Amino acid sequence: MVTRQQNVQAPDEWFKPKGRDAEKAESVVRPSLSYWKDAWRRLRKNKLAMGGLVFLIILTLFAIFAPMLSPHNIEITQYANQNQPPSGAHWFGTDDKGWDVFTRTWHGARVSLFVGVAAALIDFFIGIIYGGISGYKGGRTDTIMMRIIEILYGLPHLLVVILLMVIMGPSLTTIIVALTITGWVGMARIVRGQVLQIKNYEFVTASKSFGAGTSRIIRKNLLPNTMGPIIVQMTLTVPSAIFAEAFLSFIGLGIQAPVASWGVMANDALPVILSGHWWRLFFPALFISLTMFAFNVLGDGMQDALDPKLRG
Amino acid sequence: MAIYIVKRFFMMIATILIIATLTFFLMHSVPGSPFDEERTSNPTIQANLEKFYKLDQPTHVQYFDYLKSIATFDFGPSIKKPNETVNTLLARGFPISFELGMVTILVAVISGITLGTLAALRHNGIIDYSAMAFAVIGISVPNFVLATVLIQQFAVNWNLLPPATWSSRMHMILPTLALATGPTAIIARLTRSSMLEVLTQDYIKMARAKGLSPVRIVLRHALRNALMPVVTIMGTMLAGILTGTFVIEKIFAIPGMGKYFVESINNRDYPVIMGSTVFYSAFLVFMLFLVDIVYGFIDPRIKLHRKEGDA
Repeated sequence: MVTRQQNVQAPDEWFKPKGRDAEKAESVVRPSLSYWKDAWRRLRKNKLAMGGLVFLIILTLFAIFAPMLSPHNIEITQYANQNQPPSGAHWFGTDDKGWDVFTRTWHGARVSLFVGVAAALIDFFIGIIYGGISGYKGGRTDTIMMRIIEILYGLPHLLVVILLMVIMGPSLTTIIVALTITGWVGMARIVRGQVLQIKNYEFVTASKSFGAGTSRIIRKNLLPNTMGPIIVQMTLTVPSAIFAEAFLSFIGLGIQAPVASWGVMANDALPVILSGHWWRLFFPALFISLTMFAFNVLGDGMQDALDPKLRG
Repeated sequence: MAIYIVKRFFMMIATILIIATLTFFLMHSVPGSPFDEERTSNPTIQANLEKFYKLDQPTHVQYFDYLKSIATFDFGPSIKKPNETVNTLLARGFPISFELGMVTILVAVISGITLGTLAALRHNGIIDYSAMAFAVIGISVPNFVLATVLIQQFAVNWNLLPPATWSSRMHMILPTLALATGPTAIIARLTRSSMLEVLTQDYIKMARAKGLSPVRIVLRHALRNALMPVVTIMGTMLAGILTGTFVIEKIFAIPGMGKYFVESINNRDYPVIMGSTVFYSAFLVFMLFLVDIVYGFIDPRIKLHRKEGDA
């Protein structure tokens, strides 16, 4: 033992502290990502969904600025310009009142997008309040609130909307009111399901033990963690509201000229489609379809991106 | 199961009652009397008319009369079409709309399931991609746009099929196609995703290991479970097809109930609007009830449970 100790002479520097390399200590092997950054990273890989997102951004910009920049008047009937095919002056042609279809299409985009987004936002607020309370309180409150939802869920929505529109008279406000009166139910169900699941997690208990009140727990703990499915639901509400608006316009309950939605434009174009004025139907129809498509692929993409199970 | 059916039945009655009540009070909130437009300056005639339609009674009496008339399927007269009642309109129009709806559902279910299953079996293949491309387009294009394009191409440009009405088999093709594409797309997408999930399950591997033919595995083992989500959305789908008939009947000039309904909306024929809304809602709620019961019967878990009880 003694001899061995003498033989093996370890250099002193071996036993000096290596010292902390400040740069290396801070380096991260794999970038740490928050839930949202991670979701965004995955969404960005989905080309179709990104295409939808880009399209929607462009559409929104055009809806805001194109009517302002357009030189064409859409308030006074211009018989000299009736039913002209698309040309350099009128990119999408003109309609039977001589109005520029390009300009009207962007006015229509304003109406359609506004209806869609407003309906989604109102659904969102009613849905999270109702669903949040129902899921968090549980017990009898939940049972009663869910009974009400079950019955409302069984109502044929579009028929109720038609009824409300007939009574209240067609206008932008009535369409949004009618759509949201029946539309918030789906959102409330989703929020409730999520809250029910999350409220038993430890961090909620911890929050409670620090004396957080109901409203604080719902706002700070539960809702941020239910945002994924809620956002997906909102993305899918927008196209269905736009579709419902187009449908209502089509059966004669739409917002009337001059600022008409896409549905109204398509409806007005129907009787003349066989006389060859295809552009009057084609452009509003194209934009309804593209917008629906964009929202649907974006919603699907977000569903995949926000699914924690797929987080890799 | 019996308790479930009874419970669902009472839910259905409650829903119909709510719709009827909502309709009644909305109707009453429309300002003015329905006879204001009739220019009957004579107050006696006005009073007699109101008496005839029982409008002089207090609201709650009218309400119960109204419920009674709904329970006996009497939806009242049209005020814009003389000699017509909502019942005669329904009797004339509804069978046609029903036929259109049923043919559409058949087409949508059969082609949607076939398409979805093929797409799942050839996952990430050409069939899969083209089926899903079709599905996304089918969901995005509104049926009135599709209907117009179909008329333009098949009826006007190529002169293959009649452009309107509902008088023969050939006349039925275009409206059905226009109405069925959306639901077909939804069913195809759903079938595909649930089929993909089911095909990875152990019992499918087991069936393969037993040496069953692929066709048999898909038809007998996979499809049954894969179709549960499809059955779940049948209710919503029915509602969509029903409202779709309004649009399609208008475009193709099909004399169904949808056409009368849209007409009544456009000339504000309140009794017809109210009557058909209640009728349609009740019909839809009843269909939802049937779907739920069917679901209860085909859900393998419920079936398994019962077998265990029997044994």
